[in-house]
Amino acid sequence: MDADATLLLRLAALNTAYAGTIDADRLEAWPEFFTEDGFYRITTAANHAQGLAAGVVYADSRDMLHDRVFALRRANIYERQAYRHVIGMPAILGREADGGVRAEAPFLVVRTMRDGAMSLFAAGRYLDRLVERDGRLLFDAREGICDSPNFDTLLAIPL
Amino acid sequence: MPDTHASAHPDAAPRAWPPGITRIPYWLYQDADVLKHEQKTLFEGPVWNFLTLEADIPNRGDYRTTFVGSMPVVVVRGRNGAIHAFENRCAHRGALIVLEDSGTAKDFTCAYHAWRYDLAGSLCSVAFQRGVNGKGGMPADFRVADHAPRKLRTATIGGLVFGTLSDATPDIDTYLGAGVAAKLKRVLNRPVEVLGRFAQPMPNNWKLYAENVRDTYHASLLHTFFTTFRITRFSQAGGITLSENGGHHASATIATVEGNDGAYKDQGIRSDNDGLKLRDMSFLDSVDEFGDGIQLQILTVFPTLVLQQTHNSLAIRHFLPNGTGAMTLHWTYLGFVDDAPEMRRRRLKQANLVGPAGFISLEDGCIGGFVQRAAATAAEQEAVVEMGGRSVETQPTRATEVAVRGFWQLYRTLTGL
Repeated sequence: MDADATLLLRLAALNTAYAGTIDADRLEAWPEFFTEDGFYRITTAANHAQGLAAGVVYADSRDMLHDRVFALRRANIYERQAYRHVIGMPAILGREADGGVRAEAPFLVVRTMRDGAMSLFAAGRYLDRLVERDGRLLFDAREGICDSPNFDTLLAIPL
Repeated sequence: MPDTHASAHPDAAPRAWPPGITRIPYWLYQDADVLKHEQKTLFEGPVWNFLTLEADIPNRGDYRTTFVGSMPVVVVRGRNGAIHAFENRCAHRGALIVLEDSGTAKDFTCAYHAWRYDLAGSLCSVAFQRGVNGKGGMPADFRVADHAPRKLRTATIGGLVFGTLSDATPDIDTYLGAGVAAKLKRVLNRPVEVLGRFAQPMPNNWKLYAENVRDTYHASLLHTFFTTFRITRFSQAGGITLSENGGHHASATIATVEGNDGAYKDQGIRSDNDGLKLRDMSFLDSVDEFGDGIQLQILTVFPTLVLQQTHNSLAIRHFLPNGTGAMTLHWTYLGFVDDAPEMRRRRLKQANLVGPAGFISLEDGCIGGFVQRAAATAAEQEAVVEMGGRSVETQPTRATEVAVRGFWQLYRTLTGL
């Protein structure tokens, strides 16, 4: 296979592993998909289009992601719920001089509440910058850009 | 056969509520006729409804669309800096005049039959008014000046734009009262810039959020992130400033006290968690930017506006009813135009505390729904609001529900319920 095809497969496998980690409630392992000073933001398509910098989640270190999981486990109160991510085929947007890769992938997230109520909680795309560390691809930046401005009730579990 | 059930008569008076502001019957959050009554007496009554930020409509022709209660409204920057607001309803057949959230326009033309309005919402022209080839057209005595959507008076304070449909509404400073107005200007003391917008639909009546945001009693009990990381505890200094009419408030918390105190342990309260440590404390690196040690200020303007200063995270929260059992909270995160880069980054990181995923506000998204669901068959039962006494006044503590009582005091005055 050529280099692009190999990379595409690796990205797809990475996204599958990422989704599986969150959806199986292995949240403590979720920050490990990021570099130490990795950037993570959840925002909306409108904010992204207008260049507005804020996020509903905004982290500039892997430790901030660990803290978010810690707070969810120990401090925050919300009804039991689970996500099912469906992440589509990634696209390679470009390669950078330092070996970094820019990529994107569409996603849908279905949320199932404890009473069984299911809803299409989020739809959007991930805009990523990935780097290779010790043979693994890690997110140096992952932005979840949601199509809708609405976050129904609350966003507890990360996207 | 006449139907005597109240809900069959849109103008029927809502149920009876004994006098007082310490007992809140649950039908207030449930009955459809209450929302209709609120629209008429409260949202379209003598109140200043938040419409937009001046920063959102800086130039002539800039507009945003919003709502006053359930009424769609356009707010526009007109000639010579004037700000106009009018109902987003064509005077002809009632279609929406403006469809976008925001934009810039020379004038507004209804898509349905091309009736055209100026920036003040006055009708300028009617398509084919004189007919086509001498046939059809409006009657000779039809005058465009006789037709327009309802117009609102507008007022600004601290870069916030408000509108009212009532001639009886006092000027904005009188409406807010000196105490709350000063707390508003304490934060909004120079030009702001929007950092992002998010919306949070919630499964509860709008008044449950209006109460929640005035309820300083719950803050460190429901939101354990606060107490876990010592951001605020009741044992910290602070208090509540209330307007004379009760409707507006500002609660303040003065900077952190180190060390443990017995207040939480003695109550066996979940909020006390000494063991928890954050790995990356950088996001709580706050600056006393207003120079008065107030780390947290939550301010409300009756009926549906919140101005929030949580450390260095600033935001406007504007909530609107979506029918009786639902609402949407609109978040606008703010910075100042003159923010240094490190202050801007601090605001973005501290925004993790608030919003739909906020460490100390996430629970507010679901708590109203818990009440709405739990009280489903308890319409004639009542909530109890007696923390901090039974009165409405400024109090030097946050272990109180005084601002919730204040809300109901003004609510009862306006609605007559």
